[in-house]
Order: sequence, then structure tokens, then C-alpha cells
Amino acid sequence: MGEFLQTLFVGLRLGSVYALIALGYTMVYGIVRLINFAHGDFIMVGGYTLIFTVPLMTAAGMPAWLAVVIAIAVCALVGVLVELIAYRPVRRKGTNMTALITAVAMSLFLENLAQAIPAIGPNPIIAGQFFASGGFRVAGVTLDYITTYTIVVSAVVMLLLYVFTQKTKMGRAMRCVSEDKSAAILMGISVNKTVLSTFAIGSGLSAIAALMYVAQYPKVYTTMGSLLGLKAFVAAVAGGIGIVPGAMLGGVVIGLVESFTTSYINSSLTDTFVFLILIIVLLIKPAGILGKNVGEKV
Amino acid sequence: MKKTVKRGYIVNSAVIAAVYALCIVLAATLGREGSFKLILAPSIWQCCYLILLASSLNLVLGFMGQLSLGHCGFMAIGAYTAALISLAFQRAGAYDDKSGPVFLAILFLCIISAGLLAAAFGVLVGIPALRLKGDYLAIITLGFGLIIENVINNLPFAGQNGLAEGSAAASLYATGLGFGSTDRVTYLWAGIGVTIISVALMFMFIRSKYGRAVRAIRDDEIAASASGINTGYYKVLTFAFSAFFAGIAGALYACCNSSLSTASFSFTNGSILNSTFVVVMVVLGGMGSLTGSVVSAVIMFILNYQIANGAWVDALPGFIQGVFTYPMLVYAVVLIVIIMFRPKGIFGTYEFSILKTPGDLVRLFKRQGRGKKSAGKEAAAQ
Repeated sequence: MGEFLQTLFVGLRLGSVYALIALGYTMVYGIVRLINFAHGDFIMVGGYTLIFTVPLMTAAGMPAWLAVVIAIAVCALVGVLVELIAYRPVRRKGTNMTALITAVAMSLFLENLAQAIPAIGPNPIIAGQFFASGGFRVAGVTLDYITTYTIVVSAVVMLLLYVFTQKTKMGRAMRCVSEDKSAAILMGISVNKTVLSTFAIGSGLSAIAALMYVAQYPKVYTTMGSLLGLKAFVAAVAGGIGIVPGAMLGGVVIGLVESFTTSYINSSLTDTFVFLILIIVLLIKPAGILGKNVGEKV
Repeated sequence: MKKTVKRGYIVNSAVIAAVYALCIVLAATLGREGSFKLILAPSIWQCCYLILLASSLNLVLGFMGQLSLGHCGFMAIGAYTAALISLAFQRAGAYDDKSGPVFLAILFLCIISAGLLAAAFGVLVGIPALRLKGDYLAIITLGFGLIIENVINNLPFAGQNGLAEGSAAASLYATGLGFGSTDRVTYLWAGIGVTIISVALMFMFIRSKYGRAVRAIRDDEIAASASGINTGYYKVLTFAFSAFFAGIAGALYACCNSSLSTASFSFTNGSILNSTFVVVMVVLGGMGSLTGSVVSAVIMFILNYQIANGAWVDALPGFIQGVFTYPMLVYAVVLIVIIMFRPKGIFGTYEFSILKTPGDLVRLFKRQGRGKKSAGKEAAAQ
């Protein structure tokens, strides 16, 4: 029972991080129909920003985790720049396929650019502590603070995001553009501005995910976002890409699959099971768990 | 078959056979020299498997229009199959040193079975392709590549540290297929020959009835199926066919390397052999041009080799040298620039042919000359 609960908590923690990243994928995909492969690397950008700003924060006498505010700003800026410089010109001219390949190239570019910056370099940097260690005991297992914060923070962020997309003007504009771009233009919505703010919000979320991930695994390196991003993307697709609650559900499912495989089957086979789940979900429901299957029109 | 097409096939294969024979004779005479043996022969082997990898991906990406991000997974299957079969034969005592007709037979058996097993897995990947396309299929193939890597790492007889672990004391280098520098020269004819035959087979595939059907699916799937093309059958067939040649590329890789490790076949890594970079090669050469894939594989290899080892790099200013320390950064920028300004790649859908290419070249230069002249006239008028 103790082991089960522990695994469940680990799964929920992993799942919350995946869900935060998956939200970025899903929002961008919903609005421009593009798998943003560079999204995983925004986590890396966030991680390095945290590494460099935490000393400033502690020097100014503020708690270390407040550095995340700067990280969110930097990630949002990078996301907006990537959209402006690479994606928008390609989207205007090319097909879906060329846009996808640009995204892959952008991911390669960010990873290797980071390596080429002298302050970062190819070797991993060990992060300091963001949160107090320790925790409280629940039903015989220790629930440490990091796990609690991760789950609570991502739940709050997702709730806020849901309210934002449902109630605010900008959120409604986003949903409108993702549903029908030309109708959105006719309604007086600036599509370009909406796409930019989607990129900014999605990338900002990845900075929060970076804080949560680095707090648990305090190591930052240039390719850290690669596999993390892939798994989060799997979560977004499994839940139904383009659907905000789907990303949350998918994230939690993938996190649970990963933690239960690690403790009950074999820790080195987790990737296999994560991707097997994706393949099975897509074969049964090609549009994801919450997705609706739309027939193709001729 | 039309008469001109037939003539094209005959002329082209005759010329290629002649060039091939010339290469083999050259290799046999130069083979004892140090620099040929140590630098050129290994480079040719590497070019061979890169060419096969890029052109086999082009079948799926360029001709069928489906992005596959796990192509190196098939290569991994091929490489491990070839290595394990050759090791098994060696342990059974079928051959001692790497020479003689028995070893030759085993070599070709390894290559063919590597292709066949990879093709079987290609069918497995092709089946999801029936229901999914575009982005979803890309992510499935990516996942498939990762699964293959993960599973091979967990196989007791392959192991994470390459074949050295779990396969008794025998490392691949000494006993299996892995050629030393002398064997690489000795069996160079086999590597080049297998590559030429494979590319020719792929070329014939895309020019045949099957290739036309596959291209019809790329251009408009619904229209293709309305015209009586069994889209599912052709999709799975193309995936299997493409995987077959990726498997053969893997077998060639196993031949010219001293050890195997799954890190060489992953989604991204530092070298130019990974699933992402194969896509770069295909896009650079032109999606839908086998000539383009062959040329860009060779260009990319030479560029990569020169950036890493070329003497001229030392003569460059410090800043550019610093950038060249991270060649992947350069390639990423090149890829983005190509996508922006020439989305069709270098060759577009053009194919090389001995009968047509000289004429096409002349026409290309004439058109450019005329463009310059008319531009000059306009400038004069102003």
C-alpha cells in the first residue's frame, strides 16, 4: 500500500509537469496546426534562466523560486521570436510538411546554440535548491514539499488557463482562431496578434514546468528538453491535441504510466511503455482520448 | 515499356556498370597506399550507408509525402541483425578469417536478412499509417524509433554497451562483420555494389506503376482512392520497401564499424547519423528526387568531414572557427534557410539521366544567360 501510494504521488508529480508542457504544445497546435518541436527546448531555456537568475534573487533577499518570473518572461520572448523569425515566414509560403521540418530544425538550432554560448557549454550544470526540503506524512508515506507544490501549482495554473480561455476576450479570440481562421478575421480578430500571444503563453508555461522539473532533478543541460518535450507531446496527442483539458488528462496518464512502469515492471523500459500507450490510444481513437473524430470533406 | 524508357535504362546501367568497374580497378591498384586505406575507403563506406538511408527515406517522405522521424530505427534493426547473424556463424565455426567464398555468402546473407527483418518491422509501422497521417504519423514513427532503441538496449544479447556486453568475450570487431582497415578495402566492391543495386531498385520502383500510385497518394489521397488505387496496400508496401533499404544501410554500417551502440541510431545526437539528420538530407536534396538524396548525402558527409578534419578550417577567422565547433548549429541554420527560400530542395523533383542531363544543363545555362542579358537591357533602357 505504501509503495502504491508513493508511486501514485510520483506519477502525479511527473504528470503535472508533463501536463504543463503539453499545454504549450496543444495551444500552439490548436491555433496554427503545427507541432512545435522546439517547445521542449523552451524548458531548457527556462532551466538555464533559472540557473543564472537564482543567485541574483538570493542576493536581493528574495526567495529563490521567484526567479521563475524572469524565466517566464525570457521563455515567452524566445517563443515569440521563434514564431516571428522562423515559423511565420514558412507558414505563409510552405505546406504543413515544410513547417514541421522547420520546427525540427529550430529545435536543433536552439539546442546547439545553447552549447555554443560560453557560459552554458556542453556540460550539465547542477542547480541549487529552490524549495525547502522535507515534507509531511500521509497514510504512512512521506509526501515531500516539492511534490505537493508541483501538483498544486500546476493544478492552479491549469485552472487559471481554463478560465482565461473560456472567459476573457483574448482567450475567446484564441478559441475562435483555432476553430475557423477566416471567420475570425471577419469578426475583427487580429490573427497574428492572437498567434503571438498563444506562443508567449505556451512558452511561459514551459518556464513553470522547468522550475518544477529542476526542483526535483537539479541538473540542467542543453538536451534536457528533448525527451521531456517528446513525452509531453505524447501526452498532448494521447489526450487529444488542440484540447486544453485533453493535455491535462494526457499528462497525468503518461506520468502515471511512467511511474508505475518504473516501480512495478522495469525502470529501463519506461520509454517503450510510454510510446506503446500512445500507439495504442491512436490506433483505437485516432484523435486522442478526448478528441472528436472529424470526417474529411472532399 | 516505351522504347525511349528502355533505351534510357540500358544506356544508364551500361554507364554505371563501367564507372563501377573503373572504381573497383582503381581501388584495387590504390588499395595498398596508406591514405586511401585509412581515409578514403572508410569515407566511401560511410557515404554508401548515408546514401542508402537518405534515398530510402525519400521514398516515404518525398514520394509518399509522409514524414517519418524514426528511420534510423530500421537501420538499427538491420545493423544488429547483420552483426548477430555473423557472430552466430562465426561461433558455429563457419569461418575463421574474413575471406573465402563461405564468408562472402555469409556477408550477403547478413545483408539480405537485415533488409528483410527491417522490412517486416516496416510493415508493422505501416499499419498505423493506414489510419493516421501527417503530424500524427510523424509522432508514431518517432515513438517507434525510440521503442526500437529502448528494446535493443534491454536485449540480453545486444546490451547497452554495444555488442561487447552479453556476447561472450567476442567484440564485433574481431570476429563478426566489423571490418578492419584492410578488409574495408578488400570488400569495398561489395559495399559500393550493394548501394548501386539498391538505389537502382528504388529508382525502378518510383518509375513503375507502383511509384505512380504512391505519388498519386501524395498529391491527393482521396482522388487516388477514388481512381481505384488501394491506398492502404501501397502505403504499407512503401513503408516496407523503404525499411528494407534502411536495413541494408544498417548492415553496411555494421560492416564498416568496429562496434555497435544504439546511441548511433537515436532521434538526435551529435553526429550526422540520426533520424533528424536524414530528414535534413532528404529536404536539402529535394523531396521527390533520388538524385538529390544521393548528392546531398555525399555533400553532407564531405562537409561534415571537412569541418571536423579539414586543414582549411584552421585558416578561418576565430569567430567562424568557434561556430564550426558546433556543426549542427550550422546545419540547422542551413535547413531553415533552405526551407524558407527553396522549399523544394536543391534538385526539386529532378532525376539524373545520362541521356537527358547534358541537354538540360545546356538549357539551364542558356536560360540564365538570357536572364542576364534581358536584365542588362532593362538597366540600359533606364
